[in-house]
Amino acid sequence: MTTTVADGVTDDSVARSGRVPVSRSYRFELVKLVSQWRIRLLVLACWIAPALFVAGVSRQSTLPSDTLFGRWMHATAWAGPLVMLGFAGTWALPLLTSLVAGDVFAAEDRLGTWRHLLVAVRSPRRIFVAKSLASLTVILLLVAGLACSSAVGGLVAVGNQPLVGLDGHLLAPGDAAVRVLLAWVAALAPTLALAAIGLLGSVALGRSPMGLLLPPLVALGMQVAQMLPLPVAVRLALPGYAFISWNGLFTSPAQLGPLLIGIAVSLVWAVLATALAYLLFVRRDFTNLAYDGSGRRAITIGLLPLAGLTVLAVAAVAVATPSTGSGINQDKVQRSVATAFAHLYRLQTRQLHRPAVTEAQLRATAACTKSDGQGAQEGAGNDWRCVVTWHLPGVAVAGTAVYQLDIGSDGRFVADGDGPKEVNGYFLVRTSTGDAPNPLWQFDGNVELLDTTSKG
Amino acid sequence: MDTLHAVRARGITKCFGDVVALDGVDLDVTQGQIHGLVGPNGAGKTTLLGLLLGLAVADSGRLEILGAPVGRAFDAPEGVAGFVDGPGLYPSLTARQNLAALARLRGLGAYTAAIDEALDQVGLTAVADDKARGFSLGMRQRLGLAAALLTKPRLLVLDEPSNGLDPAGKRHVHGVLNRLAADGASVVVSSHRMDDLEAMCSEVTILATGRVVFSGPIGKLAAENRELDYRVRTSDPGAARRLADGMAGIRVVDDTPIRQDPELLVVRALVPALDELVAGLVKSGVAVRELAPVVSPLEAAFLALTEPSQGADR
Repeated sequence: MTTTVADGVTDDSVARSGRVPVSRSYRFELVKLVSQWRIRLLVLACWIAPALFVAGVSRQSTLPSDTLFGRWMHATAWAGPLVMLGFAGTWALPLLTSLVAGDVFAAEDRLGTWRHLLVAVRSPRRIFVAKSLASLTVILLLVAGLACSSAVGGLVAVGNQPLVGLDGHLLAPGDAAVRVLLAWVAALAPTLALAAIGLLGSVALGRSPMGLLLPPLVALGMQVAQMLPLPVAVRLALPGYAFISWNGLFTSPAQLGPLLIGIAVSLVWAVLATALAYLLFVRRDFTNLAYDGSGRRAITIGLLPLAGLTVLAVAAVAVATPSTGSGINQDKVQRSVATAFAHLYRLQTRQLHRPAVTEAQLRATAACTKSDGQGAQEGAGNDWRCVVTWHLPGVAVAGTAVYQLDIGSDGRFVADGDGPKEVNGYFLVRTSTGDAPNPLWQFDGNVELLDTTSKG
Repeated sequence: MDTLHAVRARGITKCFGDVVALDGVDLDVTQGQIHGLVGPNGAGKTTLLGLLLGLAVADSGRLEILGAPVGRAFDAPEGVAGFVDGPGLYPSLTARQNLAALARLRGLGAYTAAIDEALDQVGLTAVADDKARGFSLGMRQRLGLAAALLTKPRLLVLDEPSNGLDPAGKRHVHGVLNRLAADGASVVVSSHRMDDLEAMCSEVTILATGRVVFSGPIGKLAAENRELDYRVRTSDPGAARRLADGMAGIRVVDDTPIRQDPELLVVRALVPALDELVAGLVKSGVAVRELAPVVSPLEAAFLALTEPSQGADR
C-alpha cells in the first residue's frame, strides 16, 4: 500500500508517529534550561541579591531617595520590594527575559540541535509550546525571587511597619504587603510582553545576537518614550507603561484606570508577539542548513503587526479615555500636592507628638504655578512651584508652605520643601524605627494622567 | 505493502526554491541490512536522510518507511531514529543526562539500564558522567549513536557517523551497526569514507546532483567498474614489471600519486587480466606479497560516476 506524499494525513498518523506530549517536552526544556550555569546563577542571584541589597541599604544613613519609595526604606520592609520593582522594571526584567526567552530558541541554532529535537518530539508546535512554557516558568521563578527576596530582606532589616503611600496616606503593614504583591503581579504583564518579544527575536533572528538584545532594546525604547512629552494616549498604549502604572496602587483610592489599561496593553502585546513567533517558527524549514534567521519574513510577520498594534492601541486608548495632551494640568497638580501634604502633615504631627488633626480639619489646598505663571500651566517640568495652605483647629491664621516640584512626564513628582523650615525644612524626627527626616521636607507623589479617579 | 523493505521510495523529488535537491529518487533499503549513501557534496544525501527521519516532506513521489506511507513532515513512523549533520547534544548535560533526558522525553520506561547498555555499546561508559561540553567529535558521534540506540530503532539513519572517530572508535561503531543489522534493524548511513562503507554496507546508493546514479550491492558495483589501479608487491619487482609489460590487458602505471617504493608495482587492469598476471608471477617463481587496489572499487566507481557532476552545488 502506498500513498503519494502530497496526500493528506491519515487519522492514525499522529498516534502512529509517536509524538511526544507537551508535558514531557516541557520537562525536557526545563531540564535543559536549568542545566545552564547562566540560568542557575540568575536564579541564585534573584533569590539572594535583593535581600542583601534591601537589608544593606535600609540600614544606611543615605537612602536612594531618587528612586520611588527609596526614602522610606529605613521605615518599613515594604519600601524595599518597591524600590526593587522600580529597578527591575528598568533594568533587571528586560535583561532577565532577554537571557531566558530571548535565547530559548536561538540556543538550539547555536548548538545545532534542532534536527535532534524534531526527530525526538516530531512536532514543531509542541516544541514551541514547551519552550515557551519552560522559559515562562523560569522567568516567573526569577520574578518571584526578586519580589520575595527583597521583601524578606526588608522584613529582617526593618520590620513589618506601615508604608507611606504616594499620596502621603499611611498603609497598614498588611495592606501594604497586599499592594506590594499586586504591584509585582501587575509588573508581570509587561514582563510577559518582553518575554514574548524575546521569543519572537529568538525565533526570527536565530543565532544572531540581535535576538538576545531585542527585549532590552525594546525596554530601553519604551523607557525613552516614557521620558518624552508624549500625549497620554500614546504613553498608556505602550507596553512598558505597566512598569510605571503600578504606582497607582499606592494612592487612596487606587488609580486603577492607568494600571488596568497598561496591563491590558501589555497582555495584548504578549499574546500577539507570541503568536507571531509561533507563526514564524512553524513555517521554518528545518532542513535548511544555512538558516540564520527569517530575515525579511521577520519584518513582515514580526515587526509590522506589532507596529500596527501600537497604532490601534493608541487609537483605542484615545477614544476610550477623556484625557488629552500630557495629562498633567494645574488642577491635578494642586489636588495631588494638597492631598499628599495633608496626609503627611498628620504623620508629622504624630511623630512630633502634637495634638492630632484630621485631613478634614486641615482643609489643605495648594496653589501651583509653572514657570512663575508664564505660558501654559500644564505638562512635566521642574519649574512647578506650589504654595500649600492649611488650617489648624482653633488657629485663625492659615499656615502656608512652599514647595518646588519636579514633575516627570509620567506624572511622578518630587516635592522639595522651600520653607518655612519649621514646617518643611530639613530636621530629624524620632520615629519607632529611629531618627528620620521630616516627612514634609521632601516627598514623592504622582499626578494621575487620566481623569478617572477623584482624589480622597 | 512490502514487508521486506524498511524504506521504499519511488520518484522522490524535493526542491528548495529553484534548486532541485532530489530529482526522481528511487531507494530500497532491505530489512536487516546496512545501506550506504554516497555522493559528492550537494548531491542531496542530507535532504534524503532528512526525509527518512521525517524532518521534511517530498514535493512528489511515494515514500514508505517501515511499511507505512509517509504523508507529511514529522509523520515518520515510530521506530525511526538517527541524526543528520552531526548528533544533537546538550553540552551542559553529562552523557548520561543527555540520554536520560531523551529517554524521559520519549517516555521510555526503566531507562536506567537501557542507558547503561547504550553507553556500553558505544564505549562511553567511562565518561558517562562527564559533561558533553568536553567531548571530542568522535565521542559526540558515539553519544549521538547511543541516543539513537536508546529508542531501539528499526530504522537507523546516520549521517557521517564515522566523522572524528579514531580506528578503535570506528571499529566500535561498525560493530554496533553490524549487531543492529544482525538483529533485524535496517541502517542507512551516509559517509565520504569509502573504506567505511565497504566495511559495513551490503548495498550502496550513489547520488549525484539529486539523482541516483547507482544503487545495488557493492559487489555488483565493482563488477560493473572499469579498469582499476592495483598495488603489487613482489619478491622480484624487475621480473614482475617485465611480465606485466608483456601481458595483454595490463598496463604499468608509473605516474601514480602513491608513495614511490622500489618493491612496488602499480598496474591498471580489469580483474580477469589481473588474475592472469598473478598466475604468471607465481608460475615464474615470483612471490606475490601484496595485492590491493590503489583506490577501493567503491571509490573508483564513485569517482567515475560522479566526476562529471562535480561542481553542482546543492
